[in-house]
Amino acid sequence: MTVSTPNGFTLDTTGTRVVVDPVTRIEGHMRCEVNVNDQNVITNAVSTGTMWRGLEVILKGRDPRDAWAFTERICGVCTGTHALTSVRAVEDALGITIPENANSIRNIMQLNLQIHDHIVHFYHLHALDWVNPINALRADPKATSELQQAVGPNHPMSSPGYFRDVQNRLKAFVDSGQLGIFKNGYWDNPAYLLPPEADLMATTHYLEALDLQKEIVKIHTIFGGKNPHPNWLVGGVPCPINVHSTGAVGAINMERLNHVSSIIDKCIEFTRNVYLPDVVAIGGFYRNWLYGGGLSGQSVLAYGDIPENANDFSAGQLHLPRGAIVNGNLHEVQDVDVRDPEQVQEFVDHSWYQYGEAGKGLHPWDGVTEPKYELGAATRGSRTNIEQIDEAAKYSWIKAPRWKGNAMEVGPLARYVVGYASGHEDIKAQVEGLLRTMDLPVSALFSTLGRTAARALEAEYCTRLQKHFFDKLIANINAGDESTLGHWVKIKDGRIENYQCVVPTTWNGSPRDSAGNIGAFEAALMNTKVERPEEPVEILRTLHSFDPCLACSTHVMSPDGHELATVKVR
Amino acid sequence: MSQIETFYEVMRRQGITRRSFMKYCSLTASALGLGPAFVPRIAHAMETKPRTPVIWVNGLECTCCSESFIRGAHPLAKDVVLSMISLDYSHVLMAAAGHAAEAAMAEAMETHRGNYILAVEGNPPLNEDGMFCIVGGRPFVEKLKEAAAGAKAVIAWGACASYGCVQAAKPNPTQATPIHKVITDKPIIKIPGCPPIAEVMTGVITYMLTFGRLPELDRQGRPAMFYGQRIHDKCYRRPHFDAGQFVEAWDDENARKGYCLYKMGCKGPTTYNACSTIGWNEGVSFPIQSGHGCIGCSEDGFWDQGTFYNRLTNIKQFGVEANADQVGLTAAGVVGGAVAVHAAISALKRAQKKTQDKVEG
Repeated sequence: MTVSTPNGFTLDTTGTRVVVDPVTRIEGHMRCEVNVNDQNVITNAVSTGTMWRGLEVILKGRDPRDAWAFTERICGVCTGTHALTSVRAVEDALGITIPENANSIRNIMQLNLQIHDHIVHFYHLHALDWVNPINALRADPKATSELQQAVGPNHPMSSPGYFRDVQNRLKAFVDSGQLGIFKNGYWDNPAYLLPPEADLMATTHYLEALDLQKEIVKIHTIFGGKNPHPNWLVGGVPCPINVHSTGAVGAINMERLNHVSSIIDKCIEFTRNVYLPDVVAIGGFYRNWLYGGGLSGQSVLAYGDIPENANDFSAGQLHLPRGAIVNGNLHEVQDVDVRDPEQVQEFVDHSWYQYGEAGKGLHPWDGVTEPKYELGAATRGSRTNIEQIDEAAKYSWIKAPRWKGNAMEVGPLARYVVGYASGHEDIKAQVEGLLRTMDLPVSALFSTLGRTAARALEAEYCTRLQKHFFDKLIANINAGDESTLGHWVKIKDGRIENYQCVVPTTWNGSPRDSAGNIGAFEAALMNTKVERPEEPVEILRTLHSFDPCLACSTHVMSPDGHELATVKVR
Repeated sequence: MSQIETFYEVMRRQGITRRSFMKYCSLTASALGLGPAFVPRIAHAMETKPRTPVIWVNGLECTCCSESFIRGAHPLAKDVVLSMISLDYSHVLMAAAGHAAEAAMAEAMETHRGNYILAVEGNPPLNEDGMFCIVGGRPFVEKLKEAAAGAKAVIAWGACASYGCVQAAKPNPTQATPIHKVITDKPIIKIPGCPPIAEVMTGVITYMLTFGRLPELDRQGRPAMFYGQRIHDKCYRRPHFDAGQFVEAWDDENARKGYCLYKMGCKGPTTYNACSTIGWNEGVSFPIQSGHGCIGCSEDGFWDQGTFYNRLTNIKQFGVEANADQVGLTAAGVVGGAVAVHAAISALKRAQKKTQDKVEG
């Protein structure tokens, strides 16, 4: 049976159904089903969010000053993102402004999270879709060293002896027979294309990145006391600054600032010398695998973030761009107003929730989160043992948010498409530089690899912004301003009436809506050729390229790092 | 199995000398509260033990426990995963997915029946027949019970598995349930916190590998070695508490001097954890050191004790009671119609009293 969706995809459910559940190397729980035709090409895709925790329900009636701590726990990977969005939403609702230092520190923390998240995503969640660590055992360490020096000449850890040591360690691990996290990988699948030397280099960087990521987050520890889940404060930031006088040891002082500065430098070095070169090198071997574009070439959305100045969220003041593109018209970047009830609406026709009436969309301010778990008539299996899901009925714990009725892709690639189309200078320079280096046309951006590359570019951009805000903080302190808090609100009766979050994976992982538009994950999987349907590494590649965050997605917020939260305080 | 790397080999290969290795063993011994006599025993264990299989499952959670785990510095996460344990199932890190992932778990459960450690991150929801958390098309709670059946011991990572955490906060719409309510026939080690400290997580694992037994647990099932004392007991700002020197507003002069955060709602006096001693992220800081009070994230039901910014009202300590009732009058401003009044309501007092009584038993 063939169906055409309003957003331009032709779904055919006649081929073999392939189920991937659990989808691993993501945050949270997710299931994916596809139909594959006799050419091994995906002709139908169904993505299901398989968890719901009910935070919106739990937040009702709470003290708004506490909301950040609850929403932060929506996700331990995105961690501070939800908290930052929450304190901003509460400040917005209560009319609170924050000082410049608080804006700089919050930006440093948010950028730090973004850098950390992108590095961990690439090396620890995504890399094994492209990199074969078992094949690395066949590498020549000397040739690996030469490869390293060719692609990342400024990275000091590049000697043949170094790569031999890592290889020996890997060999001892594999020879032990206890394969641990590498067990049952699809290691002899022809979809893996890297030569052994590139596999060894990338596997080595997997380990280096694992060591480095624990250093990166120390910026959160310094300003927020811990990571994951640093502390935040409505009205500013909780860490006082005292660099000149008695008691400085109990505050943000020169030693703390030096520590922050050294980490900022490490972030810059690693993204420039290792992360970006790896993406270029690995991407080079896969340059013809340009599947997975999905919605990225037609409908993308970015809320924008990282305000240059405190309390100014106007589009021109944001370092990460805001805007929407629909119908693939890159010549028109539309303005986004998340407060406009006509722009952002959520549908639940195919989600395990219910509104009063079918086919209706609700703006998050009027959002309703009332669970209703039921399976369609064509489900195979039972209510508690789903063998094959029925996508004609409700089939996901994720709602379907739409922007002016359109299913949208969000995330780094969406931001970079919006930034590129709107002439954002830094983004344009990065994108053009990368395409030149790889000798690829702009259209190559709209792919799984383009999504992965955009994330790497964004990480590199964020390292520079992190430095920018650190310098700004120092300059402001030098000018005599050490304040980090605007207002501390004492609330007696103020309670949260309604809290709805629309997170990035809600957009990307959304099921079909009432009109039948498929979501971004589903769209990106369409028409992909898989080598072996029973070893769906290509499905993982494309799903992972979005950095899915399922615990987040069952709430409505924004593109990873940039979410929409609405809070009503009564 | 002779090819399996031991801790010692890992450390030597990384350029650590025998002398430093022995120093590490002696530090481990003192960190665990053991005397010098245990040093050779730790060293021997680290030189000879093979890797213990660990199956790590995820229920309703936010993955902060896995994230914290990979922040481990001593030992490093890569050394834990490559050389100390065999992480045979991990939703977050494993290469395989779908059927291949499920097969890896089934094989590990079968091969190592009775010998593997089950590590649980998150908890099972019981409403909707458990289908608020679906893994492989089935309710997580069923998978959890199956995995627990063959486990030697169960680790409850974090506040979710131990107590329920945020999804179990009122009104707990999914009926998220701590794991000891559904696994009743196995020893469970609770490592609470949102998340727990990385070195506490790896410290508990290495303790079990090193000594071949469970750590001593308190009445709530927490390892006494890391959860035996309150944050307040070892807080470096404690002298300010005893001297009656308090932060009265988040950005006042006292905040800039690093005075005690008790009046700003710090829950250090009722929270049992190692934050003020081990510290976070290699001891770089911990919440109080960075200027925000402790929110009590390793305590049962910490989400439902009233706002994080209300002063604990039942702490009787030198230098406090004299001005405790004036605390709420140091309001900073009236904003958005909110009234500047101290909001220590009696329900909160009762709730907190109950918790503390329970903890101190």
